Amino acid sequence: MEQTELPGLSKAPLGVEGFDTITRGGLPRGRITLLVGPSGSGKTILGVEFLARGALQFGEPGVLVGFEESEQELAENFASLGLDLPGLIKGKQLLVDHIALTPGLEREAGSYDLEGLLVRLEQAIDSIGARRVVLDAVPTLFQGFGDSTAVRVALARLFDWLKGRGITTLVSAESESELMRQGLGRSLSDCVIHLSTRVRDRQTTRYLRVIKYRGAGHHLDEFPFLITDGGVSVLPVTSVVQSYGASSERISTGVPELDAMLDGGFYRGSSILVSGEAGTGKSSLAVHVAAAACARGERCLYYLFEESQEEVLRNMRSIGFELTEWLERGLLRFAVSRASAFGLEMHLVRIEDAVREFEPQVALFDPISNLVGAGSLSEVKSMTSRLLDHLKSRGITPLFTLLREGEGAHSGTEVSRAEVGVSSLMDCWITLSNRESDGEQTRLISVRKARGINHSNQVREFLITDRGVDVVDVIVGPTGVLTGSARAAFQARQGAEAARRQRLNDARRRELELERTRLRAQIDSLEAELRNAEQDLEEDRTGTMAEDEARLAEAEAAARRGSSPSEAE
Amino acid sequence: MAPPDGPCPEPWLIELFVVGDTPRSRAALRNLQAVCAARLGDGRYTIEVTDLREHPGAWRGNQILASPTAIRRTPLPERRVIGDLSRTEQVVAGLELPGPSPGVPGSPAAEPVEEPRG
Repeated sequence: MEQTELPGLSKAPLGVEGFDTITRGGLPRGRITLLVGPSGSGKTILGVEFLARGALQFGEPGVLVGFEESEQELAENFASLGLDLPGLIKGKQLLVDHIALTPGLEREAGSYDLEGLLVRLEQAIDSIGARRVVLDAVPTLFQGFGDSTAVRVALARLFDWLKGRGITTLVSAESESELMRQGLGRSLSDCVIHLSTRVRDRQTTRYLRVIKYRGAGHHLDEFPFLITDGGVSVLPVTSVVQSYGASSERISTGVPELDAMLDGGFYRGSSILVSGEAGTGKSSLAVHVAAAACARGERCLYYLFEESQEEVLRNMRSIGFELTEWLERGLLRFAVSRASAFGLEMHLVRIEDAVREFEPQVALFDPISNLVGAGSLSEVKSMTSRLLDHLKSRGITPLFTLLREGEGAHSGTEVSRAEVGVSSLMDCWITLSNRESDGEQTRLISVRKARGINHSNQVREFLITDRGVDVVDVIVGPTGVLTGSARAAFQARQGAEAARRQRLNDARRRELELERTRLRAQIDSLEAELRNAEQDLEEDRTGTMAEDEARLAEAEAAARRGSSPSEAE
Repeated sequence: MAPPDGPCPEPWLIELFVVGDTPRSRAALRNLQAVCAARLGDGRYTIEVTDLREHPGAWRGNQILASPTAIRRTPLPERRVIGDLSRTEQVVAGLELPGPSPGVPGSPAAEPVEEPRG
């Protein structure tokens, strides 16, 4: 739920990753923001960030007024963020003023005001031309003086003065109640942010929530945030701006048949989820993706939450993968992190550190489901979302494996909540499942979704061999999808039938051949008969002609005797 | 005149920090002068008034938040008290002024003036 933004509302960016996203630009400029949270929830650090980033990134000098922590403690806050406090102070970019307050220190002998404090703060602020002010642990003032009216009047005057100067101010307090009871709520109603911490399984996670932001839209959700040596980082679950370029480049999965199912492979920079029950081959598939990346000469970060590097190397050797070569060439790097060792916050920090250092093109997280133990489902989802933002904005292709619970369940029906939650964040979702039939386990693979890819909807059989994984077509027989030995038997039956047909064909062909030979012989003998007949006829004709000639010659001779005696007689 | 409370060779120096020439500032000065005169006697003390508006940075090292604030510089250790100093017993206790001198005439007459409220 968001409100519309008032025109002309200026904001002072905090410079904190995520925070400026959820507040759509930062704190209200020239106004006062109330930051409420219990001790240790990160109020002072957030204030320090606001000032340091203002000074270093936005050219806005700042003053930190601490009512609670000592100067030494305030300096430690800066040092913990890797900030050079003396340098900032020397450069007149920052001024730290510690107001020491000890309850009962001041003996009160008559009416007084806190003009001394106001003069002091005004002078400090003006001395460096501060544009940002943090008043840390303000309600402590009420404990320092017996006359709460004097404190209230002073604070109201201070707030008015700061607003009049157009100074962006962050006022922190452990609770709002004291300030509200003193009637200061009106001065502090522009923007209210709550910080909290929750402990789960001995791991602390910090949360930030914008309660109120007058005149501006903001996210009302609670966001986890981190404090690291790099500063504060807020993790918006639903990023307002998802502005990473969408690559149309395809990268191979390392399994040619799976590439074919995906119409050419994964998109570079797209997020991939491989989910499946135990032993369905998630890691084996992940290794193909890793090896394919290394074979392309790319760097691949393999983040392990369960197994050790040695276990993975050994297991992958058994299916024909020798990964040490890639390790030695610096293309593959393992990072091992026990899921239970840290809170989600720390995991994210370590992952981001590893990514920053190794700069991989492909990053594998195996299995992300183990982190559910380190945080709630929604926390894991938000962490995954944050991680996706981080990786995708750097053009890295992340692949997550997720262990699906639910033994012996039919594929597709026992999709756990974690799977649903995480899969919705992913661009591509591949499921692996075990199928038990005829007393045998077979693995199936299917592409559940692949954004922007005309992917195959077919379920295929997923074989793990000593030469890696292989994806083969399943056979739809009269009893449904056939896999494993049923497929083999079906194929064998089909083969036998084919052989029989082949034999029949062969016999028939042989018969035909014999027939042809026989007919050819017949033709040959008939032709020979014909030739003989013709020859007889020719001989016949020659003989007749000779007789005729002889008879003709005899007749001529008789005529020459003239009156042939025979005729005269 | 004899010292009111035994030997006290060191002169008293009391610094009064105020912000602006306000009725409260003036009341504090009058009240401080009165109680010092009553407890220390003429010539035994010095009061220095510092207006924080006119002396930027004067608060440094003094942690002046409330005004007026009176600080006993000498004798050491430093002692301080805040307010318009109308509550004499608190001023005396806060600055550890010596007890009332019966020999100082008119000392009880120096009624503290309270800054008008409202």
